[in-house]
Amino acid sequence: MTASPITKAAQHTPDGIAKKIRGLSDRSIAWIFVAPTIFLLLAVNIFPLIWTIRLSFTNYRVNRPNKEVEWVGLRNYERILNDPDIWHTMQATAHFLFWTILIQVLIGFALAYLINNKFKGNDLWTTIIVFPMMLSPAVVGNFWTFLYQPQIGLFNYVVTFFTGGDPADFSMIGDVYLAPWAIIIADTWMWTPFVMLICLAGLRSIPDSIYEAAECDRASKWRQFWTITIPMALPFLMLAVLFRGIENFKMFDLVVQLTGGGPGNTTTLTSIDLKREAFEKWRTGYSSAYAVILFVTVFGLASIYVKALNKVKER
Amino acid sequence: MSFSVTEPTKGTKWFSGILVVIYAVITIVPLLWIIATGFKSPADSIAYPPVVFFEPTLEGYVNLFTDRTRATAEMLEEAGPPQTWYEEIARERGTVISGPSRYGERFLNSVIIGFGSTALCMVLGTAAAYAFSRFRVPLKDDLLFFILSTRMMPPIAVAIPIFLMFRNLGLNDTHLGMILLYTAVNLSLSVWLLKGFIDEIPMEYEEAALIDGYTRFQAFYKVVLPQAATGIASTAIFCLIFAWNEYAFAVLLTSGTAQTAPPFIPNIIGVNGKDWPAVAAGATLFLVPVMVFTVLLRKHLLRGITFGAVRK
Repeated sequence: MTASPITKAAQHTPDGIAKKIRGLSDRSIAWIFVAPTIFLLLAVNIFPLIWTIRLSFTNYRVNRPNKEVEWVGLRNYERILNDPDIWHTMQATAHFLFWTILIQVLIGFALAYLINNKFKGNDLWTTIIVFPMMLSPAVVGNFWTFLYQPQIGLFNYVVTFFTGGDPADFSMIGDVYLAPWAIIIADTWMWTPFVMLICLAGLRSIPDSIYEAAECDRASKWRQFWTITIPMALPFLMLAVLFRGIENFKMFDLVVQLTGGGPGNTTTLTSIDLKREAFEKWRTGYSSAYAVILFVTVFGLASIYVKALNKVKER
Repeated sequence: MSFSVTEPTKGTKWFSGILVVIYAVITIVPLLWIIATGFKSPADSIAYPPVVFFEPTLEGYVNLFTDRTRATAEMLEEAGPPQTWYEEIARERGTVISGPSRYGERFLNSVIIGFGSTALCMVLGTAAAYAFSRFRVPLKDDLLFFILSTRMMPPIAVAIPIFLMFRNLGLNDTHLGMILLYTAVNLSLSVWLLKGFIDEIPMEYEEAALIDGYTRFQAFYKVVLPQAATGIASTAIFCLIFAWNEYAFAVLLTSGTAQTAPPFIPNIIGVNGKDWPAVAAGATLFLVPVMVFTVLLRKHLLRGITFGAVRK
């Protein structure tokens, strides 16, 4: 923000006089305006976070309030990092993240590229495509279990309509190998429009004059695509990946309704596992340590990524 | 339109249009299927092969809003002829309506918590955004980043202490608790979005008002607020949709009085197990308002989903 004459004047006016003139000084207004927000965030976000960190060093269990709470140091962290089940969960999450982001970026970018050709009615179709991402993931995820039903589900019917075979032969959410793909398909259906919208903004931000210049230089369309379109849309693509990455790392509602983490623990993403530890097994101390590890992971990865993103933007 | 080398050819446009329409149709099918299933009879809903053309019935909606018990012949005899059309639909299945279901309550909870948290969030968010936009706030960038970072936390990770805290304060399973919680979660979005909208309002307007003798407060609500109305409205819709859709906190922190619709709808069970038409009916009533809002929001959609990072 560039300092305007008024704010400059306000900063130079001694507090007492400003009060007489304006009722309240700008500085106190600023504080009155910001304080409630900060206070609420401290109470509902930071205070619980600090509490989580504290709990993570204890063996506290919510369901046994009378048991004496012991300070266990880093034992919870040690146990988590040595637990093969948790590494399995991390792997499942990584698999989910990798494929959802890859597929959504490919389809989302392709769609944005096509829509950017400005055919008639593109606004209407864009709005229709966008619907899924605005809806409640839990409600939609629940309905996808219906679409995935082996005998009666629409999904199986459509797949076997094209490939042949019996729709009762496979169960997307009951099969160990198919379940991870069941959640990837549902997530892709839901969130591809998100990537598409951001890519579309990226493509629309490229000025026509650059393409006109390339056209004058007789650059082929193919070449224009790789040397103009892709590099200029890249910061937007990376932003889309950042958002999808953070959101899908936190993924809970859609998947918990779709598969509940099963079969076995093939689709147990970290948030689902954490929920089981914290609210079904009631291992509060242990799950607090788990939460801290997850938060540090997201925050660390996101910070590194944002640095990379800023480098790309500067180019 | 004037000729331009960058304008796609007619063939390209047709080709792009057809591909996009194909994708749109595929993507809309599951949604149409939800709506259609809501009007199917239980038999039609689980028919193989899936039926596209069927005789519509309101049975799903009746089942959604009522609790029913299986009735024996004598019970039916005793109850006499059905009094209302919905009673009649229930009778056809050999059941009698024993009372209203919980769906209405849960839906109302969603409305109360959604609108309550949105209103609170807009009041706090607009004030904070104005201050961040117009004043020198110490540590401004750090505070803004802090506000944004609260969104990165997995909800389950903070749910444990929030659960403990709410239990101590008596806020578990209350409307007030959920309103405060959703307000806090949405503040990051509303502050960032609104700051962007307010940044776009030229400062000269307020300066003129201040010179005319308005106080800062007056300049804020008489000059800035009307100018930012569109921005505030679209931000409010985003907050509302988020609170409306939220599931993780709702399922962990509410079970009865304050439970919202998302944790409730998947658990609708009929007399013979999972009642898909009723689930679909509940989902339809819950999802359609969001679709309407999406159409209203379409100009600001991109800005909202990226926290104002992309403004177009």
